[in-house]
Amino acid sequence: MKVNIHLNKRVAVIGAGLTPFRRRLLETPQEIAWEAASKALDEAGLELKDIDCVVIGSAPDAFDGVNLKGEYLSHGSGGIRKPVSRVYVGGATGVMTAIAGWYHVASGLCQKVLAVAEEKMSPDRPHPQAIFRYIWDPILEKPLNPNLIWIFAMEMHRYMATYGIKKEEIALVSVKNKRNAVNNPYAQLGSNITVEDVLKSEVLVWPVQLLDVSPVSDGGAAIVLASEDVARRYTDTPVWVEGVGWTLDNTEWPARDLSYARYVEFAARMAYKMAGIERPNKEIDVAEPYDPFDYKELHHLEALQLAKRGEAPKLLKEGVFDIDGDIPSSPSGGLLGVGNPIAAAGLMKVISIYWQLKGTAGKMQVKRPVHTGVAQAWGDLMQAGTVIVLRN
Amino acid sequence: MVTPLKEEDLSKHYIISYKPNAKYAYTAGQAQSKYLLGLKEGKIYGRKCNKCGRIHVPPKMYCEECFRATDEWVEVKDEGIVMTVVASFISWTRAKLEEPEIVGVIRLLPSNNRDFVYPGIFHRICASYEQVKSMEIIGKRVKAVWKPKEERKGSIEDIQCFKVI
Ligand SMILES: [Zn+2]
Repeated sequence: MKVNIHLNKRVAVIGAGLTPFRRRLLETPQEIAWEAASKALDEAGLELKDIDCVVIGSAPDAFDGVNLKGEYLSHGSGGIRKPVSRVYVGGATGVMTAIAGWYHVASGLCQKVLAVAEEKMSPDRPHPQAIFRYIWDPILEKPLNPNLIWIFAMEMHRYMATYGIKKEEIALVSVKNKRNAVNNPYAQLGSNITVEDVLKSEVLVWPVQLLDVSPVSDGGAAIVLASEDVARRYTDTPVWVEGVGWTLDNTEWPARDLSYARYVEFAARMAYKMAGIERPNKEIDVAEPYDPFDYKELHHLEALQLAKRGEAPKLLKEGVFDIDGDIPSSPSGGLLGVGNPIAAAGLMKVISIYWQLKGTAGKMQVKRPVHTGVAQAWGDLMQAGTVIVLRN
Repeated sequence: MVTPLKEEDLSKHYIISYKPNAKYAYTAGQAQSKYLLGLKEGKIYGRKCNKCGRIHVPPKMYCEECFRATDEWVEVKDEGIVMTVVASFISWTRAKLEEPEIVGVIRLLPSNNRDFVYPGIFHRICASYEQVKSMEIIGKRVKAVWKPKEERKGSIEDIQCFKVI
């Protein structure tokens, strides 16, 4: 793919804030956004009056059951009487929120940007699954009464069939990520489970079982991005955004091979090219691939060029993606362990890499020195890919 | 600091119910209309782009790769290869189902197994849960089981399912 990009300013992340991810938070979406945003400002050492532009990320309005979530969230996100924009690319939104914040600064338009992502999935009754009905084609797909999990089960089974991958090998992702989440104070589902537990859990849509899937969650996340000169004034440890990439594949998912996430590959190639990375599996020290389902982390590690096609399960078994492995993957615990308030979960992945590179990840900190990290999210009908590369 | 609901809070939780009276009249457009009318006749139509050679099923009046109008209608076989198949034990509202629904994706013919994009269809597959679990059905050749002609409405439901041949 060919991408012509002209950068004006170098951009750093200088602050981040997260709320705990939980099911059924009592706070309103705006209060959740405010908590994440004010924590990010505190870490950056800035006040709201210092912020030039605000970016808001959230998935469908229908989850929170309110109209126009960008406008709705704007006061909790510090956006009143400021240039505000909202980005929304389904599950890929969280990383897109960071990318949109980045281009506000990289273009020279703003010096200091607050990027906030929020999602509340638990207001939906009886279950947010019914909301997902609207992602299917109304004429060609909806008459079959599909459930969202159908497409991921179809993708997972195709991935397994193409490369001869077993469910036991995939379940190891869930085991690893929930284990990592035990060390994450924001996590909803940190626990020590076994492959057996996953294989014995309720069958939802075979081959997807209950412990293959991330939980329904509420939560918020925010970061502060600044241009180089500003960043150097506020922190001695800026973490640079070195590369970004995003792509959409077409909506005709039944007409393309589901064994490989081509949309993520294109986004990754764009981000790596910008960051000057030629051999990702040698140059990336830590990764946060998007893992709303366990197979999805493997799928994405391959598309991120951190494993060859079909070989991520083998590397996982060898410990390469463990917290003390060569390329620790989801040291935060990922969506499987931390929870999945969709847009907030994607931005949480960026924040996890930022804290790793800053060295402030606490008990989640990867032991080896880390300099380059990648975060990625994906959304809609196996369609949207967003990738960001950070370096300290 | 955000606060999760306690279990006892849930029982006294006040729920606002609201059922929007939302009805939609979707348009099928040129390509899908012909596709749906084809189903009524027991035929599966695609649109071919003569520049890249791709056959688009479901059909499109433009080729997104070449960004030009597609050139002609072609009829593809109502037969293909099962790319993936799953068994759903939950309904679209996540209610439990006793009997699983079996659905999947079929790569229709003509196409070959090296194609990343191909004429494709998402539909029910007539198979058992055991056949899904053992994965024996993936890669098998299947054929559409059509509803009796007089019951067809020009809908994706004119095909009952795809059955292994
Ligand atoms: Zn073409």
